[in-house]
This record gives sequence, structure tokens and C-alpha cells, in this order.
Amino acid sequence: MQKFPYYPGCTLKQTAKNFEKSAIASARAIGIELVELPRWNCCGAVSSLTSDEIMRHVAPIRNLVRVQQMNDEGMLENEYRLITLCSMCFNVLKRSNMVVTGDAEMLHTINQFMDTEPDYEGTVEVMHFLEILRDVVGFDKLRARVKKPLKDLKISPYYGCTLLRPKEVGIDDAEAPTIMENFIEALGGEAVDNPYRSLCCGSYHTVGENKKIVAERTYKIINAARRNGADVIITSCPLCAFNLDNRQKLTKEMHPDFEYMPVLYFTQLMAIALGKEEDAGLEDNFVDPRPILRERGFLGVKQ
Amino acid sequence: MKTVRIYVMGKEYRVPEGLTIMKAMEYAGYRFIRGAGCRAGFCGACSTVYRKEGDYKLYTALACQTPVEDGMFLVQLPFAPANKAIYDINKIKADDKTLVNFYPEIARCVSCNTCTKACPQELDVMDYIQSALRGDIQKTAELSFDCIQCGLCAIRCPAEIVHYHVAQLARRLYGKYMMPKAMHLQKRVEEIEKGKFDKEIEKLKKMKIEELKKLYNSRDIEPEESD
Repeated sequence: MQKFPYYPGCTLKQTAKNFEKSAIASARAIGIELVELPRWNCCGAVSSLTSDEIMRHVAPIRNLVRVQQMNDEGMLENEYRLITLCSMCFNVLKRSNMVVTGDAEMLHTINQFMDTEPDYEGTVEVMHFLEILRDVVGFDKLRARVKKPLKDLKISPYYGCTLLRPKEVGIDDAEAPTIMENFIEALGGEAVDNPYRSLCCGSYHTVGENKKIVAERTYKIINAARRNGADVIITSCPLCAFNLDNRQKLTKEMHPDFEYMPVLYFTQLMAIALGKEEDAGLEDNFVDPRPILRERGFLGVKQ
Repeated sequence: MKTVRIYVMGKEYRVPEGLTIMKAMEYAGYRFIRGAGCRAGFCGACSTVYRKEGDYKLYTALACQTPVEDGMFLVQLPFAPANKAIYDINKIKADDKTLVNFYPEIARCVSCNTCTKACPQELDVMDYIQSALRGDIQKTAELSFDCIQCGLCAIRCPAEIVHYHVAQLARRLYGKYMMPKAMHLQKRVEEIEKGKFDKEIEKLKKMKIEELKKLYNSRDIEPEESD
């Protein structure tokens, strides 16, 4: 087992437990152990764009200090690549890391402020699990580990915003990404194009008065996937997942012609393909993905 | 007698070395009608804020537990104004969202750790607020177990969180809904309620004091745990 430090983030302990569960099981199946940071705090959930608001970087940087400590205390052997699953956490942690490593004065101020912690030395590399699969494991190796190829399953990748933007933070080309498509192919599935794969889902409008904005986006994104023949959608962001999955109810109310489509975390399909169906957490999705997966023969008879 | 200088709300006093802040203030002529309680570090009534000469740091402490130092600038905080959620513990559920629903301001935490630094009980206050934020009631209850509700965390928090009330709700939820039940205790309570031991008690109540003493001294004693 290759051990990596792992930052879950708050949502993976609440509404996206199936994301974490399926990711841990999938990682283990390919020889990776996700070692949760023994202490961690909320990443801040959104990156502050204000250049002089240093305080907002304290939370993310404190988490990066924990990675240093894990190495110092022998929990990890010289492993500073921090794995994230939630796109939002990935974005915030990576962005803050970039800001402070590019601004020695700000890093000094933060270190002075965090006087109960060791100094952050800029040694941590924040990575998304998809990047680990592409760059560390390799999609070829992943393909070789697949036990149950997702043959003929048409999957529409949904990137959302925070995996790709801003460009310096993105894990792939912001305009023409391929990482999720290649991931799908490694699992034996068929990636279908979706012109709205990186259209914003409406994000936090989902908690306010403007839920309909989100429902309209969901309508647009899912219908485009359906037009291109998709059976399911995958994503790596718990907020996008909530908006695309749970908001389908409101979408249906607004557009009676709308048809439900399952939305899964990419790790849920990965778990199935790697023979870890019992850890895929499919029972927690709003639109139940089990009927179609069972129909295609990807799930065992016992359910 | 060796003395040290302290400043109470800016006014200088000379007090004997080795006194606690509380005793030193009484020595200087102050009489506590608020901000003092058990005088043993348990009740959390005597929250104190101080600075030391030539030191930029703002310190917090319990006045009954902290010896005076030369050049201390002291102020007492006999009361912390704190927002407290109203709930009926019998009518609420313990789930991921309970704590953040009653105390939504915990989502304002920027992880500055000022609360942890302020805690005279040396609790990981920020860590339990972060646990609360992610819905981990058990961890919040465990990390906050030794809280004495002095309020220093809440007074120092830039996000205006009232940590100790959040923690108290977590401990109540944990105790009521999550902690494993002691089945043997429940069984015994039922037995008592059914009157299983009534006869025995009546017998004891009628015994002479000498007989009771004899009985007490010859009782079975469980071996003490060795740790």
C-alpha cells in the first residue's frame, strides 16, 4: 500500500459520505491508502479573491501544516502530496498554497500569526484524486485492475468549475479537458460529450431564494447529456452532485418533460468497476442509479 | 515580605509574591461579589485577562488558579454575554446538522485558533468547533469534556462564536442519544422501582447505629483499579 495524506473536508463527513466511502475502497483496491489527516479544519469552502485578506488563508494553510507534521511524526514517509476528493476543497487548498508560496511576506505573516504551529514551509503539493489516478497510478494501470468493465455504459463527465478554473489551479485544460473521459475509458465505459460539462451548476444559489437558477442549469446539463445518449453523469464535487442530483425534483416540477438521470461520484463507478460494489454507497444517491446499473449487469443479484 | 507590582484596571498595587490573582486583588482591597465562585478552578467564574510588561501577548486565565507576576495588567470578566439557543433536548434529533442548525455562526470559523489559545483548561477548542461544523457530535463532546464554561473563548473569537454553548449542546445530545446505554444500570433501576430492595431498606432503617457500623465495616469492597 502506498500511503498518501488525505483531506476529506466537511461535506464528505455529512452529505457526501458515499463519495468518501467509495473513494477509500477504490483507492485500496489499487494499492493506495488514504491516510486521513489526524486533525483538520474546514478549508474555508470558497477562496477569498481579496488580495489583502490574509486571514482567509489561515484555515487552508493550517491543514497543510498537518501534512508536514504527519511526515515529521513518521505517519508518512516523505509524502507531501495531499489528496483531496471534493473539488471545492481541492481548489481552495491549492489556491491558498499557491498564494502563500508565491508571496514570502504573506507566508511569513501567516506563520507569525499561527504561533502555536510549526511554520509552513511550502512543501505540500495539493492534488486531486483524479490527478493521482492519471499521473501517479496511470490510467493504463487502472485499466489493468478493472474487474468489471463498465462496458457500453454511456457516461457523461461533469467537471463543473473548481476542478478546472482558474487555469493555474485546474487539473486539466480549462476549455478542453480529457481527464474524466480518459478515466471513464479506463473503467471500460464510454464517455459521451456534453457541451455543458464545465458550465457552472448554480453553486450556492441552491441554498437561497434562487433555487430555480440551479434547477434550470440542471435541466440544461442533464438534457444535453441525454441528447448525447448518456445513461449517467459523474462528478467530483459534492455541491455539483447535490445540485444535479437532488435538484432534479424541482427541475421536474418546473419542466414536466424532464426525465430523471442518475448522478454519481466518479469513485462510485470506480468502486463498481474494481469489484467493490458493496462500498459504492449507491443507496445514498437521490436519483437511484441501481436500476440502470443492475439492468446492465454491473451489480450483483443481491441488493 | 517580597512583593510584586500588579495593575488592576490601570491602578498600581504592591501585593505579596505567590498569591493568586484573586487573593492578590482581595489583598489590595477588592471584594468579589461577582467573578468568584469555587476558588478551586472548577466553576469558571473568575475569568481574567492580562498583559505583562514588555510582552505583546494578551493572556487569559482563571484568577483563582494563576499566581501574580510582577508587572501584570489585570482585568476581570465576571460575565460573558453569550447567545444561547433555546431547545428542548427531548424534542430534538442528534444528526449531522443539529449543531450547525442551532448555532449557524460556527460556519464563520476561520480556524484562527484564538479560542484554543484563550482556554484556561487547555482544550482544543478550535478543533471541537471544527468537529461540530462537520457534524461530529461525539468528537465535539469528547474534546470539550473538561470545559468549565468560563467564556474566554467566546470573548476572544473574531467570528463571534459561543463555543461553550455549542459544546454543551453536543454533550447533551451525545449523552442522551448517542452514548452506549449502561444496560445493567437500567436493569437495576427497574428492580428498585419494582420494590426489590424495599424490604432490605426498611430493615436497615430500623437498625441500631452500632449494628449499622458493624455492617458497614464488614461490607464487601470491590478491588480498586490499579492505574
